[in-house]
Amino acid sequence: MPKVVDNRQIGPMIWKMVVETPRLVSKAKAGQFVILRVNEHGERVPMSIAGLDRDKGLLTIVYQVVGKTSALMTTVKVGEEISDCVGPLGLPSHVEKWGTAIVVGGGIGIAPIYPIAQAYKEAGNKVITIIGARSKDLLFYEEEHKSVADELHVCTDDGSYGHHGFVTDPLKKLLDDGVSIGMIMTVGPVPMMKFLSNLTRKYKVPTWVSLNPLMIDGTGMCGGCRVQIGDETKFACVDGPDFDGHLVDFDLLTARLGAYRQQERKAMKHLLGDPGCNLAESVRKFKYPDEQSGTE
Amino acid sequence: MSDEEKKKKKKKKKKPQGPNKLKVKERMKLPRQDMSNQEPSVRCKNFDEVPLGFTDEQAFQEALRCLECPKQPCVAGCPVEIDIPGFITLIVAKDVAGAARKIKETNSLPAICGRVCPQEEQCEIVCVTGKNNKPVAIGHLERYVADYERDNKLVKLPEIAPSTGRKVAIVGSGPAGLTVAGDLIKLGHAVTIFEALHKPGGVLVYGIPEFRLPKSIVQAECDFMADMGVDFQLSTVVGKMDTIDELFEMGYDAVFVGTGAGLPRFMGIEGENLIGIYSANEYLTRSNLMRAFDPDDYDTPIIQGKNIAVLGGGNTAMDAVRTGLRLGADNAHIVYRRSETEMPARIEEIHHAKEEGIQFHMLCNPLKFIGDDQNRVKEMECLRMELGEPDDSGRRRPVPIEGSNFIIKADLVVVAIGNGSNPLIPQTTPGLDCNKWGNITVNDDTMATSRKGVFAGGDIVTGGATVILAAGAGRKAARAMHEYLMKEVKK
Ligand SMILES: Cc1cc2nc3c(=O)[nH]c(=O)nc-3n(C[C@H](O)[C@H](O)[C@H](O)COP(=O)(O)OP(=O)(O)OC[C@H]3O[C@@H](n4cnc5c(N)ncnc54)[C@H](O)[C@@H]3O)c2cc1C
Ligand SMILES: Cc1cc2nc3c(=O)[nH]c(=O)nc-3n(C[C@H](O)[C@H](O)[C@H](O)COP(=O)(O)OP(=O)(O)OC[C@H]3O[C@@H](n4cnc5c(N)ncnc54)[C@H](O)[C@@H]3O)c2cc1C
Ligand code: SF4
Ligand code: FES
Repeated sequence: MPKVVDNRQIGPMIWKMVVETPRLVSKAKAGQFVILRVNEHGERVPMSIAGLDRDKGLLTIVYQVVGKTSALMTTVKVGEEISDCVGPLGLPSHVEKWGTAIVVGGGIGIAPIYPIAQAYKEAGNKVITIIGARSKDLLFYEEEHKSVADELHVCTDDGSYGHHGFVTDPLKKLLDDGVSIGMIMTVGPVPMMKFLSNLTRKYKVPTWVSLNPLMIDGTGMCGGCRVQIGDETKFACVDGPDFDGHLVDFDLLTARLGAYRQQERKAMKHLLGDPGCNLAESVRKFKYPDEQSGTE
Repeated sequence: MSDEEKKKKKKKKKKPQGPNKLKVKERMKLPRQDMSNQEPSVRCKNFDEVPLGFTDEQAFQEALRCLECPKQPCVAGCPVEIDIPGFITLIVAKDVAGAARKIKETNSLPAICGRVCPQEEQCEIVCVTGKNNKPVAIGHLERYVADYERDNKLVKLPEIAPSTGRKVAIVGSGPAGLTVAGDLIKLGHAVTIFEALHKPGGVLVYGIPEFRLPKSIVQAECDFMADMGVDFQLSTVVGKMDTIDELFEMGYDAVFVGTGAGLPRFMGIEGENLIGIYSANEYLTRSNLMRAFDPDDYDTPIIQGKNIAVLGGGNTAMDAVRTGLRLGADNAHIVYRRSETEMPARIEEIHHAKEEGIQFHMLCNPLKFIGDDQNRVKEMECLRMELGEPDDSGRRRPVPIEGSNFIIKADLVVVAIGNGSNPLIPQTTPGLDCNKWGNITVNDDTMATSRKGVFAGGDIVTGGATVILAAGAGRKAARAMHEYLMKEVKK
């Protein structure tokens, strides 16, 4: 069983976990994901790869506490094992030498966009990185991104740090300035990916989005992760997770992500109400912002 | 067939001087023993097994009905040719453990096959007793024998041949993969099973529900394999983690691919991606593998519809609709485009479903799904069909009746119209030939694929079939792989 070598809080509801899984790490590429199970009775939760240390065989994921399973993940102590870590799943992000490429990470998407930026850089691209969060304390990985990006833009919705506004603002400026862009890759909450795709469609710049539908097996067997891409139904776990943002039916994705909302809230309430539950204080104070959707 | 096997067959044909003292005429008049079932009104609210099994006395009485026919048509009807009268005679002799060993000579998964094989169209349909009376309950007896052996802890590890130094990789832990593993480890080869999911068993654990096949039984079979020395690498997706070529580089001398069907089919009609529309694989996986039916103890959620409609007429459809009923549906519908005679599901399952109050809508086909303002499915528009001329499959083709549209209310729909083949292995294994449906092509006698040292069997070769056919393919492959390993692999 895979051993957890680090598990720490890096933001209000954001945690970073490092898992020792050398065989998986030796095969994994940027843009792929893994499916974890914390314990025998747990759900299978997909998590994007947010870092790979090939020498030490370490896999990093960054996760947000949004429900019971992610809350339970915070209780795993360094040195303990989790039941499973399957992968690498999905197709790696498409990497080419385009000249200039833009990577955009929103919220928790700031993490998985980092290995993708590295891969773009290694392929010889000029990398412009845009990261954004609701406020300063939800930002992380700035140093990491700084070390890769040729140009880094940081945004906060409330203006508490960096540009005041959404990630689409600096992007629009770059597009308006006529910077020649080979590719835009984005990972983040569904509304962000939707607005971003709507924006770049007007400029006809190829745009990839990394989708996060509900998943079970991650091998193409269940069909639960199906997403509508243009006229076609695709399975995000084997055909994706990256898709052409200009073709994605984001509204359907949003709806399908909410399929279990009520049941999940009940499970979380049950967990937090249990006096035996030893979750960290920050998790106990957890509240659902009702406008929240997807992983944001 | 080898000479030795031919000899064995001859020997079998001699009329056994069994312990059954009844005259043939008397045997023919004995009534078939009924296995008792959980009451329909009770069982439709729980996930416990429906048939309760034979008592010792019932099994004995049923065994007395076998005529010990010299021609043994039942044996020929069984895809793996279990010595049926042979094991039944041992029940009459009250040597149940011996009966279990007899079955295991040709079928390593009797507790499973005794529960899920379509006996009524294999061994029982040709049973001579069935000519004037009901056929011998061969399946029930098989189940009884296997359960008796397991419950009384009489299962003994078989003898394992000295190590041959050869290593075999098996991809997929369904009935095909498990059978290959069991056969090859006994012959002294080192065997590793790679399984994508976190539990071994394939469809037996993620597809077939607890009320038909308790998971503890599948687990017992897998534990038995592990005790024999089979190494299970769970949560490992071959083609993603290591490709088949890499398995050879890692030192495996031969590979068996038993990855099953997978890849659910949808109908491609309007509204199919609405919330509340599942593939049977997803619905059953949530309930079985992830145990969503037990929310107090397990975390995976499942939609609990008040009106569930399941599209299809096979075992998978029956499993899904009966699961929906148990999860609390008020109305549970089967919607099938042909008539009941064409339904591929086992008769016993159709019968059980009817007893439980499942509503059957024959000769009707969905046109589109209609959702509410939250993208949740609320109803389904259907069209009535009539049967036309037979098609390629020999079954009469359903033809739509114009203007016969009607609506079925459904807040949960499960699509159970079959599975395509999972492309992961073919895509990552250069030179592995497949047919136009993506099924791996093999030599029928040896199950060898177009790639040297790679064998395949089960649903990935045949398309969705049965447990016993998958196990039979595994047995055939194991024999050929053994020969390959001993002749072609130089050590
Ligand atoms: C390919 C992929 C990569 C992902 N990468 C990350 C990542 O790097 N970091 C991260 O924090 N999250 C990531 N997610 C989302 C993550 O899997 C879910 O947040 C997690 O499963 C929630 O589990 P939970 O039990 O804590 O919450 P739940 O109580 O199950 O759900 C809370 C909310 O999260 C949504 N949700 C539930 N399950 C999933 C799921 N499997 N996928 C997406 N949303 C879900 C639900 O709509 C619900 O509103 C990814 C999802 C996918 C499909
Ligand atoms: C709901 C349902 C009910 C059924 N009822 C009956 C019945 O009553 N009677 C009957 O005889 N038959 C029944 N069947 C059919 C029967 O279950 C199958 O024919 C049989 O299980 C096929 O066996 P298999 O070994 O080929 O594959 P499977 O049982 O499908 O197992 C394949 C395994 O391979 C794994 N795998 C796939 N790809 C990879 C990979 N790349 N790496 C690692 N592992 C991988 C899968 O996770 C799976 O565990 C039913 C099927 C279903 C779906
Ligand atoms: S055909 Fe029926 S009666 Fe004859 S040997 Fe087989 S099980 Fe017995
Ligand atoms: S998660 Fe099951 S098909 Fe993608």
